[in-house]
Amino acid sequence: MTLRSKDLLGMKELNPEEIDEILRTAEMMKMVLSSGNKKTSHLQGKSVVTLFYENSTRTRLSFEMASKFMGAASANITTSGSSVNKGESLIDTARTIDVMATDILIMRHNQSGAPHFIAPHLKASVVNAGDGMNEHPTQALLDMFTMKESFHKLEGLNVAICGDIYHSRVARSNAIGLRKMGANVRVAGPATMIPPGMEKYGCTLAKTVREAVEGADVVMGLRLQLERQNKSLFPSVSEYARFYSISPEILSHANPGAIVMHPGPCNHGVEMPTVIYDSPQSVINEQVKNGVAVRMAVLYLLMARRNQE
Amino acid sequence: MRLRLIHGRFFGCEREEVLIEDGFFVNKLTGEPDRTVDLQGAAAFPGLIDAHCHLRDPGYEYREDIASGTRSAAKGGFTSLLPMPNTNPVCDNASVVRSIVTKARSEGYTNVFPIGAASKGLAGKELAEYGLMREEGIVAVSDDGKPIATADLLKKVLQYASDFDLPVLNHCEEMSLANGVMNEGSVSTELGLRGIPSAAEDIMIARDILIAEYLRLPIHICHVSTKGGVRMIRDAKRRGVRITAETCPHYFTLTEEACLGFDTNAKMNPPLRTKEDVEAIQEGLRDGTIDLIVTDHAPHHQDEKEIEFSLANNGIVGFETAFALSYTYLVRTKILTINQLIACMSSNPSRLFRLNRGAIEDGMPADIAIFDLENAFTFQRDKMVSKARNTPYDGYRLYGETRMTICGGRITYEKLL
Repeated sequence: MTLRSKDLLGMKELNPEEIDEILRTAEMMKMVLSSGNKKTSHLQGKSVVTLFYENSTRTRLSFEMASKFMGAASANITTSGSSVNKGESLIDTARTIDVMATDILIMRHNQSGAPHFIAPHLKASVVNAGDGMNEHPTQALLDMFTMKESFHKLEGLNVAICGDIYHSRVARSNAIGLRKMGANVRVAGPATMIPPGMEKYGCTLAKTVREAVEGADVVMGLRLQLERQNKSLFPSVSEYARFYSISPEILSHANPGAIVMHPGPCNHGVEMPTVIYDSPQSVINEQVKNGVAVRMAVLYLLMARRNQE
Repeated sequence: MRLRLIHGRFFGCEREEVLIEDGFFVNKLTGEPDRTVDLQGAAAFPGLIDAHCHLRDPGYEYREDIASGTRSAAKGGFTSLLPMPNTNPVCDNASVVRSIVTKARSEGYTNVFPIGAASKGLAGKELAEYGLMREEGIVAVSDDGKPIATADLLKKVLQYASDFDLPVLNHCEEMSLANGVMNEGSVSTELGLRGIPSAAEDIMIARDILIAEYLRLPIHICHVSTKGGVRMIRDAKRRGVRITAETCPHYFTLTEEACLGFDTNAKMNPPLRTKEDVEAIQEGLRDGTIDLIVTDHAPHHQDEKEIEFSLANNGIVGFETAFALSYTYLVRTKILTINQLIACMSSNPSRLFRLNRGAIEDGMPADIAIFDLENAFTFQRDKMVSKARNTPYDGYRLYGETRMTICGGRITYEKLL
């Protein structure tokens, strides 16, 4: 099957069949990656540009490696050292990249909706690599891929997402995507960091992290941005760690065989202690590894759609 | 100039024809009419009065100016406008008022009655010169765009404005709660946008009611958008508080869901709320809790709207859709009678701001608006005469297209009669 849209903007815009198609394609890509020869020719003669308005290690590197493994001509632009620093508007920057025969533009931006805003103006396919507090769809896809590797299904899985839900695009994309695939999502965190209306998307609000983790198959921590302390969203890191951290005791209430996830980068001892981060239950490094395969799958499917047109 | 209007459905008066001479309604012309207009059964109302708009002149003429704004208003059936003072320079002194009034007289297509700043520079610190501004033509004071900053200042504004019989209009928003870009709720959560809770508006409305009640002085609440606001204003009116209120067509036609897809033409302040709020606003109009329908016409340049949602300016244009939206969504749905609608858009604002208009009566300035209530039309934003295009209503099928507008006996808009 082909994707319905030329762009990958968010989990909101994907239907379950498309999510399934991306995850199954990623399985094949993972096989390619584990073979001795990582080269494919799916993006031969095509161009991929990453445009990052925010810092990134994992996302940018994995997109870059994915496009290189698939034979694309790839280039990177960051806001420092580009005309963005001269005050060029987003739409002008995006159009400039577009007219240089770019096939796929991968963008991270600090404003929610920025990729949705530029996508209709461009010939290139736009991939959202994180937009403000809105979505981070390829992270959700690689998380779902990782869950599927452990449990061979998503339907019926109990997933606890813990921490700063309000500001987290990872939480939003996962909650929306997982509900579409039939998983149960419970969220927990300081009440100051829980946005209103999560129930409307089929998520359950847990009063405590422990309650969220009770009977969970997947326990996902979220990065706490420490500067939020100044905004009165939590009083101190030590209090946060004491009441909202995924401790061994809390984790003992999860289902046997539960996995621990984190989108990274992790504040050790805050979202979870290092013993959990490094424990056999942790699939955090697996997530990073799967990121490359999932992003190859996304690029492959978007290019397949372009080739049909 | 003598005009005779025949075959109209004249509202706000009992008559077969309307006669106009030298800018006023008369019961007899002194000679043959220069023109007889056959209205072919179209509806004729007292000219519409918009008590809350932004003409952007002086200072932001790239968005709109007095000529383009009043021309856009005439196309919507408006004959009188009350522009807010957040121009550059701010309309907080007699000379800016005079320049607006003078320019409107020479270039305008409607009457323009400026609203003066409540505080100097809209800074929320010192009272502006209400008396001197009133001599040049202001009809009210407001710090619109922001609330009158503190309860203490509001108390002084109400007291001092009462010396000059000037209504005080307040934009209600508790600023410490207002650091979002849309209504706080499930849609802001879904879009990952910062929300403004409805309580931000309600808290300030409560403050205003309490101060007005304490002083026994009148207060007017701008662009009410919340269920809680309607409830408190209704209760206050029942207790005898001298309070009036307005809302805008977008608050009874659209919900926060219009923001889905990050449509910056659904970004405004106060933000679009929920279905429950929309229903409460409609009920507030029906039972008279809300007295006026205003546009909050807020023209913006393309470059200020076609950008990232959080960075986009607040507001939409409203002159060319206000009547048709109100007629289509309130009268055709039987929420309001046509006479209630005329009250909200003409006679009530005339009374509140002492404009001596709002009716078709001999001796009154001949301000009249003629609409086709029978045939639907498609609103097209590229046919607008405003300089700006920031409207969420492109493509809407509406009833109530303007056929003719007459302001002070002068035909200011006409479409094939």
